[in-house]
Amino acid sequence: MLFFVIRRFGNMALIMVLVSLAVFLLLELTPGSVATKVLGPYSSEEQRRLWLEAHGYMEPLWTRYGSWLVNFVQGEFGQSIRFKVPVSDVLWPRLWNTTILGFWTFAIMIPVSLTLGVLAGMREGGLLDRAISQISVITTSIPEFASAVLFSSIFVFGLKWLPGTSTMSDGFDPLQLLLPVMVLVVYDFGYVTRMTRASMAEVMTTPYIRTAVLKGLPYRRVILRHALRNALIAPFTIIMLQINWLLSGVIVVEFAFAYKGFGALLLEAALNQDIYVIEACAMVAVFVAAATQTLADIGYTYLNPRIRFK
Amino acid sequence: MIELVKSILPAPSKVSALVRALRSFALLRESGVGMVGAGLVLFWVIVALFAPVIAPFEPNAQLLPMAKPGTAFPGGATFWLGADQLGRDILSRIIWGSRTVLFFAPLATLCAYTVGIIMGLAAGYYRGKLDEFLSFVANAILSFPVLVLYVLVISTIGPSGINIVIAITFASAPGIMRIVRGLVLDLRNRDYVAAAQTRGESSWYIMLVEILPNARGPLIVDACLRLGYVVITIGVLGFLGLGLPPPDPDWGGMVNFARPLAIVFPHMTVFPCIAISSLILGFNLLADGLREISLRD
Repeated sequence: MLFFVIRRFGNMALIMVLVSLAVFLLLELTPGSVATKVLGPYSSEEQRRLWLEAHGYMEPLWTRYGSWLVNFVQGEFGQSIRFKVPVSDVLWPRLWNTTILGFWTFAIMIPVSLTLGVLAGMREGGLLDRAISQISVITTSIPEFASAVLFSSIFVFGLKWLPGTSTMSDGFDPLQLLLPVMVLVVYDFGYVTRMTRASMAEVMTTPYIRTAVLKGLPYRRVILRHALRNALIAPFTIIMLQINWLLSGVIVVEFAFAYKGFGALLLEAALNQDIYVIEACAMVAVFVAAATQTLADIGYTYLNPRIRFK
Repeated sequence: MIELVKSILPAPSKVSALVRALRSFALLRESGVGMVGAGLVLFWVIVALFAPVIAPFEPNAQLLPMAKPGTAFPGGATFWLGADQLGRDILSRIIWGSRTVLFFAPLATLCAYTVGIIMGLAAGYYRGKLDEFLSFVANAILSFPVLVLYVLVISTIGPSGINIVIAITFASAPGIMRIVRGLVLDLRNRDYVAAAQTRGESSWYIMLVEILPNARGPLIVDACLRLGYVVITIGVLGFLGLGLPPPDPDWGGMVNFARPLAIVFPHMTVFPCIAISSLILGFNLLADGLREISLRD
């Protein structure tokens, strides 16, 4: 078990090195263009060269990558070109904002999708099952930016109930969080619902459920005590992996609602070739991916004792 | 002797591959959901094919800025869905935009499949070190949130049609590789593969002619779903301002362009959103229908 976790994190470190190197190389495809981004399109050739020299861009790639790597391992993420502050000053608050957004998204999505999935899977092919399945296909077919636009035009411009942006400029406002959370939940719940439904439908066909029904247990008891326990194992993994998906989703939603979170930070950094912010964000993404995957696997063995680590 | 065998055995049916494909496609009639999906996709394909005939205006002609839906243009035509802030007809731009998305989405999917299938076949058939290496690369790419990958790649190499295709291929091929690899690991032990090996066929002949056609079922369903995702991706990139360069119409780009004015003129953003959602719904329902049919027999 411990060995398993250590191996996973060793693997993660290896991927981190590869990804960070890939990002450095990727930005090397357009050498020096970062100076144009910072100084503007009307800067002279001479100004750009001086800026590049002053910020260490004239050093060879390996020197720059090496010193970044050494600093990163020591917890020193470097200086943001765009925000003109240390990367950690901008990264952690942004990450915290996205955590709040993600927390509420999951707090709403998990109960909704598990309930709907179990209801649909209880009687496969029934009216309720077909209705829930169709609804979840439709909601997963609406991209986040489209539902952001549609919800905004209904709740912001039409009914004027909600604020259209979520900048949180006057302190934290739960009302401003409502639309981003709604958009993320609507796009994501369909997938988890379908997975829960498939798992539940499979459990309902097993002999032990048939036995429970035939020995005369009340249907409620069969579902709640017998079926749910096994039916909710697979969705657990799916939900853990959804955390990783959320990192993609927040880019669109935070951009759409001007929410100051991780996704918006990454987008802004990428557009401005702010290399150290990009690297830090990429490392966060790899860490989240590896951590959720490992947690999903460990949790799975607790929930399903038939599976053991080799 | 051979002549005798030939005379006894019935001649292999010479039905062309096209007819067979159409016949299996006709099975879709049995799935209502699949028919709705096929209808939606077909609708947009027809719109894209006949764009020059259907569109009431030139997609890039700047005519009547901020026209509300239903405004009549002095020339006789009507802005059924209104016009954007440069006075370009929204309906015409949606119609022409369908060409953009229906050209790049299948192209990107095809590229991703070509790369993914080759990687998957090689990993599943040769196994060993090659498999380990390819699987590690695939896992590394897949562990990264896809959109983060697109944003990083496109913002660096610049937004253009071909770059979007490259980025989508890079990010989707590993997923396809995993599916193909799994299928190949199952199929490579079949008798017909052993027969081909005994005949002395080359490895790639066996992979492409013996194994791949037998793995097509799950791949077709996945391709349909993936087309939907690629349409989403192209839309999202346009929305983030990383899509195809203006002025040519692109649904995501239209939303991005009109977003600052959405508070006053919601029609500029709502209609392109409905268009893209209906196309994605079409692909998803089609995939559902195909899966339903493939599970039946």
